[in-house]
Amino acid sequence: MIKELREAVTGVWSMLVGLKITGKNFFQPQVTVHYPRQTVESLEGYRGHIDLVAKEEDPYESKCIACGTCYQLCPSSCIDLRARQQGAKAQEILPPHPDMVNMPIELKKKVAHPEEMVREPEYFYLDYNYCSLCGLCVQNCPSGALKFSSDVYLAGYSRQEFEYDLLARLRYQAQKKEK
Amino acid sequence: MIETIPTQLIAIGVGLAAVMAFIGLNGLVLVYLERKVAGFIQRRPGPYEVGPYGLLQPLADGLKLVGKQMFTPKGADAFLYWLAPIISIAPVLVCFLAVPFGPHVTIFKDMNVGLILILAFTGINVLALCLAGWASQNKYALLGAARDISQSVAYEIPLLLSVLPIIFMTGTFNLYEISMGQGSWPWQWHVATQPLAFVIFFICALAETNRAPFDLPEAESELTAGFHTEYSGMGFGVFFLAEYAYMIIACSVATVLFLGGWNGPLVSGWWWFLTKVYLLLLVMMWFRWTYPRVRFDQLLNLCWKWLIPLTVINLLITALVVAI
Repeated sequence: MIKELREAVTGVWSMLVGLKITGKNFFQPQVTVHYPRQTVESLEGYRGHIDLVAKEEDPYESKCIACGTCYQLCPSSCIDLRARQQGAKAQEILPPHPDMVNMPIELKKKVAHPEEMVREPEYFYLDYNYCSLCGLCVQNCPSGALKFSSDVYLAGYSRQEFEYDLLARLRYQAQKKEK
Repeated sequence: MIETIPTQLIAIGVGLAAVMAFIGLNGLVLVYLERKVAGFIQRRPGPYEVGPYGLLQPLADGLKLVGKQMFTPKGADAFLYWLAPIISIAPVLVCFLAVPFGPHVTIFKDMNVGLILILAFTGINVLALCLAGWASQNKYALLGAARDISQSVAYEIPLLLSVLPIIFMTGTFNLYEISMGQGSWPWQWHVATQPLAFVIFFICALAETNRAPFDLPEAESELTAGFHTEYSGMGFGVFFLAEYAYMIIACSVATVLFLGGWNGPLVSGWWWFLTKVYLLLLVMMWFRWTYPRVRFDQLLNLCWKWLIPLTVINLLITALVVAI
C-alpha cells in the first residue's frame, strides 16, 4: 500500500515536471525557420548520409583502415567496401620460435611482421536509398574515419543518384578545397 | 403567415441557429488554436502560410473536408453508418440550452435539471461511437468502438461522483443558480472548497471527450483512426466538430461548477465565462502535447483504483460536513 502510494506520488510529480517542460517551451522562441524563404547558415549537428574523413596530412586519403566494422554493423546493409592490403612483406622471415623449428618451411615463410601491414579501402560505396541513418557505423568506427555529412538539400531523379562512391567524393571535395 | 407561427418556435429556431453557428465557429477557432499550441510547444511556428499568421488555415481545411467524396464502405450498414455522426452531434446542441454563459446570456434560467440534462445527453455520444464502429464493417473501427464504450462507462462513474459534492453543497441542479451562488474572487469559488473534485472532474472530462492522453478510441498509431477509420469528408468532419463541441461543454460545466461561472474580479459577464472555458481548453491542449497516450490497463486502473475511491471518500467527507 505504502509502495503504491509512493509510486503514485512520484508519478504525479513526474507529470507536473512534464507540464513544466512543455509549458516553458511554449513561451520560448521557435527554433525552425520558414524554409524556403529562410535557410540556416550552420548545419552543425545535422545527421545526413555518411562521409569519409580525410587524413590530416593528406586530404586525398581517407582515415579508413578497411576493417569492415561499419559493413558488418550496418542493419540495412547499405555499405559496401573492399580492402586493399599494402606493404605486407610476405618474404620476410622472422626468427623461428623454438616450437616452430620442426614445422614445414612453407608455414614459417608466411609469417609477416604485423606493423608492416597497411590496409586501406579499395572502394567504399554507400547506397543511401537503404540507409536508416542509425549512425552505428559512425559510432563504432575504430579509426574515426566516418562522419555525418551536412547535405540537406538532396534531390535527384533516379535511385542511382543516391548511390555514392565515398572515396571519389572525398577526392572531389579535396580537389574543390584546393581550388 | 408569420403571425401563425408561435414565437417560442421562432425563438427555438433562432437559438438553434445561434448554437450551431457558435459550434462551427468554435470548431474553426479550436482547430487553429490546437495546431498553434502544438507548434509553440514544439518550438515551431504552426500554420503560417494560409492568410496572415495562418488564420485562414482551418477554413481551408474545412473546405477541403466539405469537398471530399463521402462514400459508404462495402458491406457496411449504410443507415447506421450515416446515422452515427448525426447522433454524435445532435445531443450536443441540446446541452448548450442549459449552459449559463452570463447573467443575461442564458437560454433557460430556471431549468432545474440543467446538470442532469447535460450529463444525460453527453452520454448519447457513446452510442454514436458504438454505431460508427459497428456499422463500418472494419475491425479497427470496431475495436475503437469497444474501447470507447469501456472507457466511457468506466469514467462516467467518477465524473458523476465528482459532481455530487457540489450538488450537496448548493442543493440544486440548476447551473444558473450554482453560478449565482459563487462570488467574484477565486477563493469564493467551489474549486477552493472542492479542489480534489475539480481535478478528478477534469481528468474524467478528458477521458469522456476522448482527448489525449485518453484518446484510445481513435488511437491512430494502433487502430489507424479507431472508430472513424472509414469516414471520409464531412462524415469525419462532423465527428471532429462534435468532439470539439463536447470539449466546450465539458469545460463550461467545469467553469460553472468549480470556477465561478461568469463571476470574476472587477466586472462579471459572459467574457469571464468564455475566458475561463478557453483557459481550460488550453490546458487540455497542453496535456495533449505533453503526455503520451496511456495503455488500456493503465487507463482502467487509474479509474477503478484511484479516481472512484478518491471521489467516494471526497463525497463522504462532504456529506458529513454538510450534515453537521
